[in-house]
Amino acid sequence: MSTVIQKPLDHQPPSLPPTQSVRLTINSQESHFTVAPWTTLLDALREHLDLTGTKKGCDHGQCGACTVLIDGKRINSCLTLAVMRDGADITTIEGLGTPENLSPLQQAFIDHDAFQCGYCTPGQICSAQGLLNEGKAKTEAEVRELMSGNLCRCGAYPNILSAIMEVMDKDGLIMDTKEWSAGGAKPEMDPINS
Amino acid sequence: MMTTDYIGKPTNRVDGPAKVAGTAKYAAEFNVPNLLYGYVVSSPIAKGKITKINAEEVLALPGVHKVFSHENVPSLAWFDRSYKDDVAPGGSPFRPLHSAEVKYSQQPVALVVADTFELARYAASVLEIEYEQTAHETDLSKHIDDAREPGGGKTGYKPPKSRGNFGRGWEQGVAKVEANFQHGAQHHNPMENFATTVEWLGDKSLNVYDKTQGAFNSQQYIMKVFGLSKDQARVISKYTGGGFGSGLRPQYQLFLAVLASLELERSVRVSLTRQQMFSFGHRPHTLQHVALATNADGSLSGINHFAVAETSQFEDFTENVVGWSGMIYDCKNVKLGYRLSKLDVYTPLDMRAPGAASGSIALEIAMDEMAEAAGLDPVEFRLRNYADYDQEQNLPFSSKKLRDCYHEGATKFGWANRNPAPRSMRQGNRLIGWGMAGGIWDSATQPAQAKASLDADGHLRVQSGSNDIGTGTYTIMTQIAAETLGLPIEAVTFELGDTLMPEAPVQGGSWTASSVGTAVRKACQALGEKLLKQAQKMDESAFADATIDDVQFVNGQLRLRTDPDQAVVLRDLVQASGEPRLEAENSKLPGMLGMLKPAQYSMHAHNAVFVEVQVDEELGTIHVTRVVNAVAAGRILNPKTARSQVLGSVVWGISMALMEESVMDHRFGRYMNHNYAEYHIPVNADIHDIDVIFVHEEDDKVNELGVKGIGEVGLLGVAAAISNAVYHATGKRVRDMPVMIDKLL
Repeated sequence: MSTVIQKPLDHQPPSLPPTQSVRLTINSQESHFTVAPWTTLLDALREHLDLTGTKKGCDHGQCGACTVLIDGKRINSCLTLAVMRDGADITTIEGLGTPENLSPLQQAFIDHDAFQCGYCTPGQICSAQGLLNEGKAKTEAEVRELMSGNLCRCGAYPNILSAIMEVMDKDGLIMDTKEWSAGGAKPEMDPINS
Repeated sequence: MMTTDYIGKPTNRVDGPAKVAGTAKYAAEFNVPNLLYGYVVSSPIAKGKITKINAEEVLALPGVHKVFSHENVPSLAWFDRSYKDDVAPGGSPFRPLHSAEVKYSQQPVALVVADTFELARYAASVLEIEYEQTAHETDLSKHIDDAREPGGGKTGYKPPKSRGNFGRGWEQGVAKVEANFQHGAQHHNPMENFATTVEWLGDKSLNVYDKTQGAFNSQQYIMKVFGLSKDQARVISKYTGGGFGSGLRPQYQLFLAVLASLELERSVRVSLTRQQMFSFGHRPHTLQHVALATNADGSLSGINHFAVAETSQFEDFTENVVGWSGMIYDCKNVKLGYRLSKLDVYTPLDMRAPGAASGSIALEIAMDEMAEAAGLDPVEFRLRNYADYDQEQNLPFSSKKLRDCYHEGATKFGWANRNPAPRSMRQGNRLIGWGMAGGIWDSATQPAQAKASLDADGHLRVQSGSNDIGTGTYTIMTQIAAETLGLPIEAVTFELGDTLMPEAPVQGGSWTASSVGTAVRKACQALGEKLLKQAQKMDESAFADATIDDVQFVNGQLRLRTDPDQAVVLRDLVQASGEPRLEAENSKLPGMLGMLKPAQYSMHAHNAVFVEVQVDEELGTIHVTRVVNAVAAGRILNPKTARSQVLGSVVWGISMALMEESVMDHRFGRYMNHNYAEYHIPVNADIHDIDVIFVHEEDDKVNELGVKGIGEVGLLGVAAAISNAVYHATGKRVRDMPVMIDKLL
């Protein structure tokens, strides 16, 4: 028998930091709010601004479910504090499209059945939008590699790939026409239509 | 011309727009007013007791409301049965914050409730707790001899049945193989962390937004534990961010959130962290032994399959690991055994294709070894041992197109070009291997209720308190309802996930399509009969003498089969009724009676999987470059969502074979890789070609719709096929999952 004490390594008397005000432009709308400085951008969006389209899967930058766009670049919103982003221009899934007016990526995700439970989906779509903005991925293999920061436990990867490839193809972004190796060969790239 | 024949057509998910636009709300996303946040403190020890909780400093923080622990939890339900949920195994269920005793590592020991999430998290991090630790046992390999046959207690569990005389079959065999297999514990890890938001409505009335695979199961649990009435305990679960079995039983955040809400008379949310997703049920660490023998003609003369799995000290979690081995192949002499060893871990939990996913690894690798020892191609070997009836239950199969799975899968894959010799194919520095395997899964149907209502605008609303964990329930039920009443799919809304709706079983066991699908079908048929009656009330009705068999519902109309020009628009019938809507429910009786009737048929889905791997000869890295999965699962309601189920299963199989394992450090009795960075699952770059084939299979016996369910069958055989392909590539037989580089060097 031995005694174990559960406590922080560097034990200081508990105390709270003062809150700070933050100004963010989110989906073209300006927001002012006050949060504790240790509030992540993710929690600020979900808990303080009721923008729950951005998901929390791990809170440690390991799964990508919380991906949003800051000035057009994809970022894990759980790995940045809201106060560090004062003045930033942020786009979340709610800013990319609405159920009535979907973005091309959102529509392609539906047409290719690129999700099942839907929980990683907003992060996948924001990440894919970031990938398109970067303009770096030109081949299927590059898309797969550069979408590998976003986990999907349902295993919708082949359909996520074909959804993104369809949007890139329509925009003339595919440089390399080498044989496709996932999501079916290229002739089967089109979604199954009813 | 418009058609309303939707069943069997690839159809986009009806819940798709909400999911891709981020408007689908999951359990932790209901931001009700005046919400408090609870943060769970997890035990660092695996066994012992809590001796002191120093909560004073934490409680002094402004905004901290309460620290719940065993020291201050009010008196709750006393008997074990109150804590048993619909799918609880035998034993005594774990009660959160019940006593000072710690039964497993990461056990919830306290809940800190505060005004904000950040404050609750901080307060939990500085809460000091003292424990007295005692020695724990978490290593299954050291407790094989303690293993014993499980007691009963879990609905549906039957001990495996042996037959014939394996000893004689083994003796008479001319070729034999015998080997041990194992895989470690695995955690479901759906993307959405478990969470419950409890909305306090006053007077102990709650709206409970829970992450679960069964709203009614959660409701039953909190009613019994907290003494709530049905009206007080409404459970809502419209979207579930993945389940895979983890949401079959109510998890402890539900208990904690309801406890805090009732005690503080406030709305409360409790979300688990990803680390805490490793603090409850899991696929158990399982050790297996398989021995096979064949006669000179390649027929199996004996099958022996024995498994030992871990369970907790307080419940006997049972699953069917070995039973399939007595069913899938033709053999007179079968010896099966299954035992459990009690360890200081949490009770395991059904995880996608529970039992079968584990058992098929051992049996199907052994079958590959046996085929080689018998000098037969693995497909040919399985065909020679094809079971034409279920020898375990001594029943005919309601349908079994496994032979077609072998043939169609092999053709699509190009299996005929395989050189049977290991290390016979390469491309540059990569060794190429082809392997195959297969599996079998139950096709079950549970009692379920549904309600259909047609309003005066011609909109059909169908409800059943089921769930959609990503399986496509919303979509296929909409298809079934639309086709049954001949309405355009846009005119139909299917709703689920609310205990105010007609009751449905937990979503699991691949039974939702058959159970809820049948209920939806029958509710719509009952509504159809009401509509016919209404049509008969019209002056000079053409339907006056018509029975339900004389009419059809097509294109929004009710019409006579013999004279389709005699038609009436459905919404006109509702308007003529003078009621705002016409409603009907399916009858409860057939479902219940069906459960009591002795089975006349063995009802199962089957699959065959063909895999190509490429193994870097120097580095041992393994790439699964091609998979063909041929599935026989009866009628496919929606080939689009069904294909996704099987794609996902293949990704799961790749994960089981090459990556996934909760690694226990037995010194601490704790899973050390309890996060998404170290608990490896495939990413997009790991996944290559996956081909899904649904072989044609008609079955009018399994249920009215002819569906068998496909959430699980696609996973079977995938991991074994990969291991078999790795053997074919490298000449190394790996029986210890996951197959990693060190096992190939």
